Amino acid sequence: MTEPFIEIKQVHKWFGENHVLQGIDLEVHEHEVVCLIGPSGCGKSTLLRCINALEPIQEGSIRVDGEQASGRGVDVNWLRQDVGIVFQSYNLFPHMTVLRNITLAPIKALGLSKSEATDRAMTLLKRIGLDNKANDYPDRLSGGQQQRVAIARALAMRPRVMLLDEITSALDPELVHEVLNMVRELAADGMTMLLATHEMGFAKEVSSRVCFLYQGKVEEIAEPQEIFSSPKSAHTQRFLKSIIEAGRL
Amino acid sequence: MVPSSTRTAPHFSSNRVKSIIGVFAALGIESLLIYALHQYWSTVGLLDTARAVALGLLIAIGLFGMSGCWYASRALIHAQRADKQWRAGHHQAARIDAEESRTHLASLAGIGLAILIVVFLLLFTSANGGKIRQVFLNGDFLSRSRPALLRGFWLNIKIFVTAQVLVTIWALLVAIVRQLPGRGAAPVRLLAVIYSDVFRGVPAVIVIYAVVLGFPLAGVPPFADMQDKDLQRFWLAVLALVLVYGAYVSEVYRAGIESIHWSQTAGARSLGLSQWQTYRHVIVPQAVRRILPPLLNDFIALQKDTALVSFAGLVDIVGQSNLLKNRFFNLTPVFGAALLFLAVTIPFTRFLDYLIRRDQARTQAG
Ligand SMILES: Nc1ncnc2c1ncn2[C@@H]1O[C@H](COP(=O)(O)OP(=O)(O)OP(=O)(O)O)[C@@H](O)[C@H]1O
Ligand SMILES: [Mg+2]
Repeated sequence: MTEPFIEIKQVHKWFGENHVLQGIDLEVHEHEVVCLIGPSGCGKSTLLRCINALEPIQEGSIRVDGEQASGRGVDVNWLRQDVGIVFQSYNLFPHMTVLRNITLAPIKALGLSKSEATDRAMTLLKRIGLDNKANDYPDRLSGGQQQRVAIARALAMRPRVMLLDEITSALDPELVHEVLNMVRELAADGMTMLLATHEMGFAKEVSSRVCFLYQGKVEEIAEPQEIFSSPKSAHTQRFLKSIIEAGRL
Repeated sequence: MVPSSTRTAPHFSSNRVKSIIGVFAALGIESLLIYALHQYWSTVGLLDTARAVALGLLIAIGLFGMSGCWYASRALIHAQRADKQWRAGHHQAARIDAEESRTHLASLAGIGLAILIVVFLLLFTSANGGKIRQVFLNGDFLSRSRPALLRGFWLNIKIFVTAQVLVTIWALLVAIVRQLPGRGAAPVRLLAVIYSDVFRGVPAVIVIYAVVLGFPLAGVPPFADMQDKDLQRFWLAVLALVLVYGAYVSEVYRAGIESIHWSQTAGARSLGLSQWQTYRHVIVPQAVRRILPPLLNDFIALQKDTALVSFAGLVDIVGQSNLLKNRFFNLTPVFGAALLFLAVTIPFTRFLDYLIRRDQARTQAG
């Protein structure tokens, strides 16, 4: 097997007294789509933010494409050019047009010329059918449109892996599918992705492997058919049962 | 188990008693107004133009007062009709009339209050045979002091504009220093805190004394080497005001920067933008929008506080009006100075209110 693209080894993370990640081991290979599932507060968002170096870790190591990505002496701005992240709350810049939201980082961080960056952005916007919104401000867009712009903004940096943190949970149900479709397309194009989600049906369909996090530990990791039809751990069974009872699978 | 209803019988009040009181009140206030207008008229000076203007104004005020009586009578008419409708069993129509009556009474109350204030001002300014107006607003002295006042005010404007530009930049630097992360920046962070605490705590006049009078005595470079003493004092005055207002404005900036949700920083940093680029393109532009109202507020205060430089011997508008006051032995020049300040600050404040309202409309809509 080839080298893993993301390699997480024995990662521990504390928020003050709160031991949020308690020795996480996880590998994501190129072109893989790995879904993180687990109850609220189990550390999914924290793990994703650590991989992007938005949060420091206290123990263990994270490597991206063979390069050290955690601890001291890491060029975080350079790391982030390879690792795109999209948040639940979009985090678009409200004072910039959609186009400017997308072109800002390619121009400032990658040093692209304005016309190159604009070309890149318009190609992305056309692909998601939002090129007519290029000059609108984010608050004029629906939640689903904003989230797709946020994904496009991350893609404009041409990252080699995308981290998606519950990108549909702030959306009205009828807007969820347009965002999920975009992720499906990315997966089909071979984008490496690590995503936290509560959409179990989607996780089942799109992922190469599913990772169940429980109280800051990897409780179980397996192919989707396996984890959803015959979960091994009692915690996983209980979690999936509660999900099925809530009608979300 | 549905509990049995405890609703009371329908209540109705036609507002008639209040309307009758309203009519008497309106008549009383109107006669008071006429008395005050008469008092004022008897103290108006002998100049023909002044008399004509005053007469026109007084008649306008008198007519305005009449509208109080009009509202009172409308209130009474509606109240009467409401009573009749209620007795005839037209309950809804009766309530509509009663509501009309109450609306008119409310208008009467507003107008009545305004008239009482006008009455007070009229009687106050015509006290002692109009002497107060003579002392504060003598048309002759006013026109004679205008050139000197304008010359003085020009100095205030120059100090204000220069200081404002410098404050805007200096305060931003202080605010950013206060936000610098890391242990290495701790000493400068502390300095920034001390600076803004000290200069917000000391009265501006004392800072102006210390800088404008003290620096030349102490021979502080580069000011001590300036040949042109007026220019020297100008820059020292600007420096003093920048020190004081930089402390206030840096706090405004800081509040603005802190009001931007951390998710914006996360969004920007996650895209590979550096800390500085995040400030420059994401945080500061959004913060500026939010702090514009408090920022302009501080600038209005700065504009007024340029008057303090007269304490350090600069002949600004206050200095000029002081000279003129002593020459005429009359306070009209001081009043004129106040008018000039108002001519600048009132449009400024109105603009500020407009900005705040527009901002509210926008945030509420979206
Ligand atoms: N910035 C922070 N400071 C302190 N504690 C935090 C912070 N962010 C997260 N936590 C804590 O870390 C734990 C894990 O949070 P995290 O957001 O990673 O959970 P999650 O699995 O993403 O949950 P959800 O499904 O609700 O999004 C929680 O106990 C949370 O309170
Ligand atoms: Mg989360």
